[in-house]
Amino acid sequence: MNRAIIDVAAPLVLIAVLVAGWEAACRIMAIPGYFLPPPSEIARAAVAGAPVLFESAWNTLFMALKALVVASVLACGVALVVALNQTLEKAVQPLAVALQVTPVIAIAPQVVIWAGLDHPERAIVTLAVIVAFFPIFSGALTGLKATDPDLERLFDLYGATRWQRLWRLRIPSSVPFVLEGHKVAGGLAVIGAVVAEFVAGSGGAQGLAWRILESSNRLQTARTFAAVIVLAIMGALLHAALRHAERAILKRLRGR
Amino acid sequence: MSVASLAAVEVDYPGRGKALGPFDLSVEEGEIVALVGPSGCGKSTALRLLAGLEQPTRGTVTRTPGRGETSVVFQSPNLMPWASAQANAALPLELDGVAKTEARRQAADALARVGLSGAAAAKPAQLSGGMAMRVSLARALVTQPRLLLLDEPFAALDEITRRDLAADIHTLWTETRPAVIFVTHNVEEAVYMASRVVVMSASPGRTFSVVRTDPALPRPPHFRTTLEFRSAAETISRDLALSMGCAA
Repeated sequence: MNRAIIDVAAPLVLIAVLVAGWEAACRIMAIPGYFLPPPSEIARAAVAGAPVLFESAWNTLFMALKALVVASVLACGVALVVALNQTLEKAVQPLAVALQVTPVIAIAPQVVIWAGLDHPERAIVTLAVIVAFFPIFSGALTGLKATDPDLERLFDLYGATRWQRLWRLRIPSSVPFVLEGHKVAGGLAVIGAVVAEFVAGSGGAQGLAWRILESSNRLQTARTFAAVIVLAIMGALLHAALRHAERAILKRLRGR
Repeated sequence: MSVASLAAVEVDYPGRGKALGPFDLSVEEGEIVALVGPSGCGKSTALRLLAGLEQPTRGTVTRTPGRGETSVVFQSPNLMPWASAQANAALPLELDGVAKTEARRQAADALARVGLSGAAAAKPAQLSGGMAMRVSLARALVTQPRLLLLDEPFAALDEITRRDLAADIHTLWTETRPAVIFVTHNVEEAVYMASRVVVMSASPGRTFSVVRTDPALPRPPHFRTTLEFRSAAETISRDLALSMGCAA
């Protein structure tokens, strides 16, 4: 069989086997639906709740995307300023690391209060920005400093000014690193948004995390599973979209 | 008249001892000089001194052409992977403040001179090794340098490509006759390219001998098959072996 077909079929077969085993186990052992619903029940819940789930997924995705845009602008801006000044870099680096290693869940309740309890979406976007900031910042800074030393020598030879070096050498060199940072940050922004929604714990934002909370509080376990699956698919699609964009941009940049 | 010279220069690298010198070298207007020597003898260091990319620990570097009149072609093409061949070739002019349209026009001319007018829009990844090296050469020529420094420019190319490029460099050289210093570890290439070959001894690099080859540049066709070529190559090979401390 064709290698490509096997590559696509193998994970699908594994999923099918697992789902079939799950379905059989639930039926044979008569497991109660609130404890572990069989896949067929989850599918029914997903179909029945599809409009609400998609709307919630869109809300979560939209907040994550807003956060990604804000984080991108902030992180690239700070990286650019910091890359120009070594003292500033030394000053900023520990703060950036502290921000990254602090679990977002630990600061979420306070951010929710600051944002105002009536505006959970502000807190959600803010928290998602916080988690999405670091990978982009770190990628941009690494990229701005990872210029080819031979090209640096060439710019020395032609007496390039600091600005020329920045615009013509360092920024273009950083593009692959910045794109990689966005790919990681995209996934993190979704996680940040979901965590923040959980902490906000109100229906104001109407995201997927709220659907999960709501249905698990009501012991509608099948619906909870359906929401989690939609969340996973959404994350995977966002990652795929960012990876696709990364490849397209790099291809355009390098000509192949 | 000497275009550039090194007088009793020495270069020490902290922790690694003396890399070069004392070493003297002078290149006249319209002359092509080749530097040959074993790996690590400081040939490239000498070139970097002349380019102003490095400072000697002792001794003096003199260079009449200014920064804009000196060009270097490195061992690798050193092209910006995100920029087209034309944008790469235009870089020295644009960094010097020449207006973009004018710089790009001159870059197109330079690419045409190295036989790449069809590849102006191509990115480095779309070019072969030889073509990338030609772009690098076009970038060096675009400023119409009075001093051209070539640091093993053929090292990464196959035999046919390097012979073509060597002949083309001679042709291009006749247009403006810049002073050229050509670093190589290939004896036959040195004999073919230069009217004067300086053989260096290893660590620290010094002049071991100087060999002159007579026929005027550019070389007559089939120069590589002449007795003159063979005898110069043999003398240099022997000197090179002696400089490394073993008999030929």
